[in-house]
Amino acid sequence: MAALLNAALLLPLAGFLVVLALPRRDEHLIRWTTLFFTLAAFAVSVPLALGPVTADFQHETDLRWIDNPPIRYHVGVDGISLWLVLLVTLLTPVAALASWKHVQSRVKEFFLFLLLLETGMIGVFVALDLFLFYVFWEVTLIPMYFLIGVWGHERRIYAAMKFVLYTMAGSVLMLAAILWLYNATGTLDYPRMLELLGSGEARLGRQAQFWLFLAFFIAFAIKVPLFPLHTWLPDAHVEAPTAGSILLAAVLLKMGAYGLLRFSLPLFPLAAQRLAPAISVLAVVGILYGALVCLAQPNMKKLVAYSSVSHMGFVVLGIFSFTQLGVDGAVYQMLSHGVTTGALFLLVGMLYERRRSLEIAAYGGLATPAPRLATVFLITSLASAGLPLLNNFVGEYLVLQGVAEVDFRYAAWAAAGVVLAAWYLLWLYQRVFLGEAGEEAAGVKDLSPREMAAILPLVALMIWMGVYPRSFLPRITASTARIVQPTELRVERAAPYRASSDAR
Amino acid sequence: MPDNIPWLALLPEILLSSFGVLVMLGDAAMAPGRKWALGMVTLLGIYCAGAAALTSYAVSPGRAFSGMIVVDGAATFFRLLITVIGLVTVLASMSYLRRNRLPQGEYYVLILFSMAGQGLMAASGEMILLFLGLEISSLSTYVLAGFLRQDSRSSESALKYFFLGSFATAFLLYGVALIYGAAGTTELAAIRAAIRNGEAEGGLIAAGAALLFVGLAFKVSAAPFHIWTPDVYQGAPSPVTAFLSTGPKAAAFAIFLRVFFTALPEAGPVWVLVSWISAFLSMLIGNFGALVQNNIKRMLAYSSIAHAGYVLVAFTAGSEVGAAAAMFYLAAYAAMNLGAFVVVSHFASRGERYVEIDDYAGLGRRRPFLAATLAIFLLSLAGIPLTGGFFGKFYIFRAAVEADLIGLTVLGLMNTALAAYYYLRVMVVMYMEEPRETAPVAPLPPGIAAAIVLSVAATFYLGIFPGGVLRFATESAAGWGR
Repeated sequence: MAALLNAALLLPLAGFLVVLALPRRDEHLIRWTTLFFTLAAFAVSVPLALGPVTADFQHETDLRWIDNPPIRYHVGVDGISLWLVLLVTLLTPVAALASWKHVQSRVKEFFLFLLLLETGMIGVFVALDLFLFYVFWEVTLIPMYFLIGVWGHERRIYAAMKFVLYTMAGSVLMLAAILWLYNATGTLDYPRMLELLGSGEARLGRQAQFWLFLAFFIAFAIKVPLFPLHTWLPDAHVEAPTAGSILLAAVLLKMGAYGLLRFSLPLFPLAAQRLAPAISVLAVVGILYGALVCLAQPNMKKLVAYSSVSHMGFVVLGIFSFTQLGVDGAVYQMLSHGVTTGALFLLVGMLYERRRSLEIAAYGGLATPAPRLATVFLITSLASAGLPLLNNFVGEYLVLQGVAEVDFRYAAWAAAGVVLAAWYLLWLYQRVFLGEAGEEAAGVKDLSPREMAAILPLVALMIWMGVYPRSFLPRITASTARIVQPTELRVERAAPYRASSDAR
Repeated sequence: MPDNIPWLALLPEILLSSFGVLVMLGDAAMAPGRKWALGMVTLLGIYCAGAAALTSYAVSPGRAFSGMIVVDGAATFFRLLITVIGLVTVLASMSYLRRNRLPQGEYYVLILFSMAGQGLMAASGEMILLFLGLEISSLSTYVLAGFLRQDSRSSESALKYFFLGSFATAFLLYGVALIYGAAGTTELAAIRAAIRNGEAEGGLIAAGAALLFVGLAFKVSAAPFHIWTPDVYQGAPSPVTAFLSTGPKAAAFAIFLRVFFTALPEAGPVWVLVSWISAFLSMLIGNFGALVQNNIKRMLAYSSIAHAGYVLVAFTAGSEVGAAAAMFYLAAYAAMNLGAFVVVSHFASRGERYVEIDDYAGLGRRRPFLAATLAIFLLSLAGIPLTGGFFGKFYIFRAAVEADLIGLTVLGLMNTALAAYYYLRVMVVMYMEEPRETAPVAPLPPGIAAAIVLSVAATFYLGIFPGGVLRFATESAAGWGR
């Protein structure tokens, strides 16, 4: 079974090499080749989710890469990363389809970068060696930089530069922390490191934990993005081409949240607990701030971008609740947000291709000429707004429930974000699709078969994830329990004063 | 003539010098139309020298000429590194010389002699020979820097390099003299023994070591002795700049490591402080200087100051791991920096006309291969994973963390993030801006193409399979303490 995971990781890379060898002029062949390899990666990654439910890492491969320091090609997935891998392999073909006509210049380079990006994204989620993780983390940076900078809109260069420099600033701190961890534990292998720290064979002092946590946290928080480190995101999203926006929102932001869950909590539980209140406050501020900005946003793409800031706030809030429900909800929300926001960016891209404008004011009354587009947009907006029986509801509900166990105030404020989301999304829908259809609107074409092929799987998934979350949750719970329980245990052992103060 | 003279230990330098003489004679004897053959002879000579370096290490490692020459792993590592640098430089120079109608014979001779000097630097176990090697190498490079005789910038470059260079050499020589005065010997291992036994006068040793540091810091263009670098690198012919920024620098670092690990390890704490400051200043000045450059050669010059700073971080760690990291980094740096300068030298075209960063506008569209390779070199210089530059930095900062230099590590890594800005700016121009009034780009001559492909291959090899080179470096570094 390990072969499947390696295949999922290597197929996009193989596609990269094949496309590299194709002649530049044959753009059609390049598009189809890319689609073929991304679909193949999806096909081999689906069976990953079919095995028995277990909390352990599955489909592991552990090969020697470099002896000194001992760096290994160690990959595997658990109930968290498994779904994220599927999210990548599902959304990359979608992004390829979205770029079919949108990208007309330098087609070969575009699809090369897309395939390289997919390799990097899958790698981040499957790497079980800290060095390997860092390599993939950085590898995603360069293709996205080019996607934004070359195929983006007017202010693309500024946005691309800002994106890279923000991420780099965070990741060098992470590299320093990784080196420190290696020095303290003598290994870069993640499961081994957990074992050493758990059994007490290797120790990190309180102070060390605090700094290491902070270094990792800044890198991840920039990526998530957590308020106030989010300012690169609206620029990058607005300027990126559709495929870039889709993958940025659906996957790259998840890399940050995944990092928090995979590394920050299990490796530095004490520091995580200590800083949790401050981080939760930032998350709540992000939820409300993002939502309020959305209400005032005249630009569609920026609106969706800020809605990401708001929605990702829920993820961080859930993770730092340290409750089973909250963390489950965070993971579920990561997946839901990937699907829904990916779909929203795809739809906004379709609107842009039709009318060459991102201003909401330029639209109106599109529901008459393009009923299918309108329907799909409505479902996606409702999903994003957290309507029950659609996917985001499940994640947000679980997060709120989990957070309420810890501190009801966070939940109360965060819930306001859900209300605001319904407001700005439905208002967006109303301004774009309802009202008088002007002359220009009348000529707008409805969804083409290619566009249907890109969007319908996502809509189906929104409904599936909303109606029957049991297809996904057991695996998630099995693996998150491993993160939540030891965190609680170790913290209790380390902080006995809490128990004594309760007794009083 | 006694027949027990260990010629083999000196064979690489003997070969380089003899081929130099051969090229000189050939230059006089050959018809002007045939001079391209001189390049081939030079390549052959360099190749033989590389093979000789390996043979001499394999057959008879150890000391020779009563300790003046040391054929150990480190010497061989640097000799081979210099060989590869020479090969790439010559490959890249052939068409450059033709295009700019420069005399070919003299050029190759100077490269060969300079390499011979660098080989001696790498293999010297004693301070007089070390100084001689440095002088042989430097004198040739002074001339090379001014090789574009008609160009005033090139003459300026040569003059500056010469004056400041001789000044630095004087410092170095004074340092050697003081240490000799204190320890009574110029042999590195004996100096250490003298210091250990308390026979040497501490104050003199310290003063001598400080002067040595000044001289060597100049040669590797580390701050605060870096001022000459941008002007010299900008004015010198581009292939010469490629050579200057890698070959002599690697050899000077070889001395740096050997002197301080073999002769003066006792002076540890002082070293750590001095080189901590120098490393930090180099990174800071190099990166901030590069941020504001519009000329790509000047930008790469400042970046090479920063890279000297990274190597000094490894040096500051003062451990075997640090020394190995420095050696590995120098190899990776040679690959990526040579590659970048080769592309720059090809693009500059006749008379070094197109050297502004803005001239590169739209190169990604016009010449995808050239642009892609330059992008790879720049990404490696910026330290993006899967390139040699990244692994080099990883090893260096790992050594620094092991030596508890957390502050320097964080400062250094923040510097690498800063550096990403100016490397990426070139890529912005190449890929994201429209071609302007076009700088014509000639088709790639085979020599340049070979040089570029070699550098790309080395950059990726060191980035993906660094194990072999690192193992060699680690084993060699272990030899110094003995």
